[in-house]
Amino acid sequence: MAVKTVPALQTSTQPISSELEVRIRKRFANPEGSFKLNVHFRALAGFTILFGASGAGKTTLLDCIAGLTEPDEGRIAVGGEDLYDSEKKRDVAAWKRRIGYVHQDLALFPHLTAEENVAYGLRTLSAAERQTRSREMLGLFGIDRLRDRRPAQISGGERQRVALARALVTEPRALLLDEPLAALDRPTKSSLVGDLRKWNQHHRIPILFVTHNGEEVFALGNEVIVLDAGRIVAQGQPHQVMRAPRLETVANLSGFENIFDATVLALHEDRGTMVCQLGTCHAGSGQLELETPLIRADVGSRLRVGVRAGDLLLATGKPRGLSARNVLPGKIRRLEQRDVIIAAVVDCGGIEFEVHLTLAARDALQLGPGKRVWVVVKTHSCHLMGV
Amino acid sequence: MNWEAFWLTVRLAAIVSTLLIAIGIPIAYWLTYSRWRWKFLIEAAVALPIVLPPTVLGFYVLVALGSRSPLGRWWESLTGHTLAFTFEGLVIGSLLYSLPFAVQPFAASFGAVDAKLLRASASLGHSPAQTFRRIVLPLSKAGLVTGFALSFAHTLGEFGVVLMVGGNIPGVTRTISIDIYDRVQTGQYSAANQTALLLLIVSFVVLSIVYGLNRYGLNRYGLNRRPGVVGPWR
Repeated sequence: MAVKTVPALQTSTQPISSELEVRIRKRFANPEGSFKLNVHFRALAGFTILFGASGAGKTTLLDCIAGLTEPDEGRIAVGGEDLYDSEKKRDVAAWKRRIGYVHQDLALFPHLTAEENVAYGLRTLSAAERQTRSREMLGLFGIDRLRDRRPAQISGGERQRVALARALVTEPRALLLDEPLAALDRPTKSSLVGDLRKWNQHHRIPILFVTHNGEEVFALGNEVIVLDAGRIVAQGQPHQVMRAPRLETVANLSGFENIFDATVLALHEDRGTMVCQLGTCHAGSGQLELETPLIRADVGSRLRVGVRAGDLLLATGKPRGLSARNVLPGKIRRLEQRDVIIAAVVDCGGIEFEVHLTLAARDALQLGPGKRVWVVVKTHSCHLMGV
Repeated sequence: MNWEAFWLTVRLAAIVSTLLIAIGIPIAYWLTYSRWRWKFLIEAAVALPIVLPPTVLGFYVLVALGSRSPLGRWWESLTGHTLAFTFEGLVIGSLLYSLPFAVQPFAASFGAVDAKLLRASASLGHSPAQTFRRIVLPLSKAGLVTGFALSFAHTLGEFGVVLMVGGNIPGVTRTISIDIYDRVQTGQYSAANQTALLLLIVSFVVLSIVYGLNRYGLNRYGLNRRPGVVGPWR
């Protein structure tokens, strides 16, 4: 029997139980040795971010779900249907799974035009229907004018769009995206994400999105799964996972030890800066103003600010004559020694900063819990991330 | 100039290289994708005609086609004559003789198709057979043309197998290379030279077309193009 690639468009209006359940074990190798992938999670309709360093097992996991690699044991189900079940000895072939998969290198067919690439997955439809569907999708992704060009004749961002359109047009039951945006510049990236979101508002399928870019986590995620050496080390909403439990892996991966919710208070277009108020509206947590680089945002809009602990300075007296625009008074809560780094947690009016110092600096400044200090934050050390 | 021998040879080469497309593609497919542990034995067997003296190959083909072998008997019961010393026998011998010249370029070009494309095709709902037809074959055009032309040119110039299997029957099994041999034996050097030169030119033209197409014509999609090989003398 041929695959039922595309149920007619009306499925989009019906509520479908689209949930991806994965519980698998699989031995895999990366340059650092052999690891055991051992994961269990559910992904509901919407974006789920798979976050982890390279070699953490993200691609192996996606390959298992797509049916391109066989797990050692476990179960994979989508929308209640088993795709793989080692107990029932069930293993649906990749080409019958109806799982969309876009790999980082896209794998566009070089001998086919953009339109032929997009129409490729619509094998079971009539030629006329294929054309209607693929043109519709090319239109949605704004690449209609490129339809007669081959992959080599279009830009990287356009290729990315073709690859996404090609996977989405088949109306997959789940979508796997393996760093599809890694090679793109920021504006291209965000417009592509916008198109993807728009599409998924109607289709409501689980989208597993692999990245090791911390900014993408905040830009996209309803849910984040952090993978480290084949295991899930954290799972939840981005701000919970990336912030509350200050997991070393998470901090290392995102590159920001300090991540704050913030609201834009004022824009200074002439100076290329803006003022953000840190802190959430939760009772008990404090509020603080910070000058940051200007981005395209409206007053009152919400975003996140990331600051690396190594970019912060501590002073024991109020500094004068500094170029840094943010000098925040606070108190040291605690000091932790991590190898040759001292991590100082400083409370600045209810907001905690993690600051990294050398051992010599700690001794010279005679730092200790309870000591009054000033945290110095350069404007351009503040990295802004959309919510 | 023996035009009878020339056209007989061209006809033989055309039939053999065409049949080799049909026979070679499944063999090359199997050699490329099979994970059988003893596959290397089959690979070696397919490559044998490259190194084997044509007389050895011809000898065994002759034995296999003769009226004492099952194949020979079956053919005899069907047609009333033996396969040996016929044009059909020549075709069978040449098929074996030129097999590696078709299969090896086919298999090389199938293997050069990026596995990522095959995975993408599977994720888009295509079975391995459909993927082979729509992705692997079109992207292997250069290898298919090369295999066709090499087996054509190789069959054009065969001598040992023809002599063993076909003998030297004018209009039936006398090919160009045998004609040249005959002329030299009887001292007609100038006639031998004409025919030899023709064979040389035809072979050179065929190979030039193949290499030219590979260089400038086929499979130039820009993506995944390999950089030119730079020799150590640069």
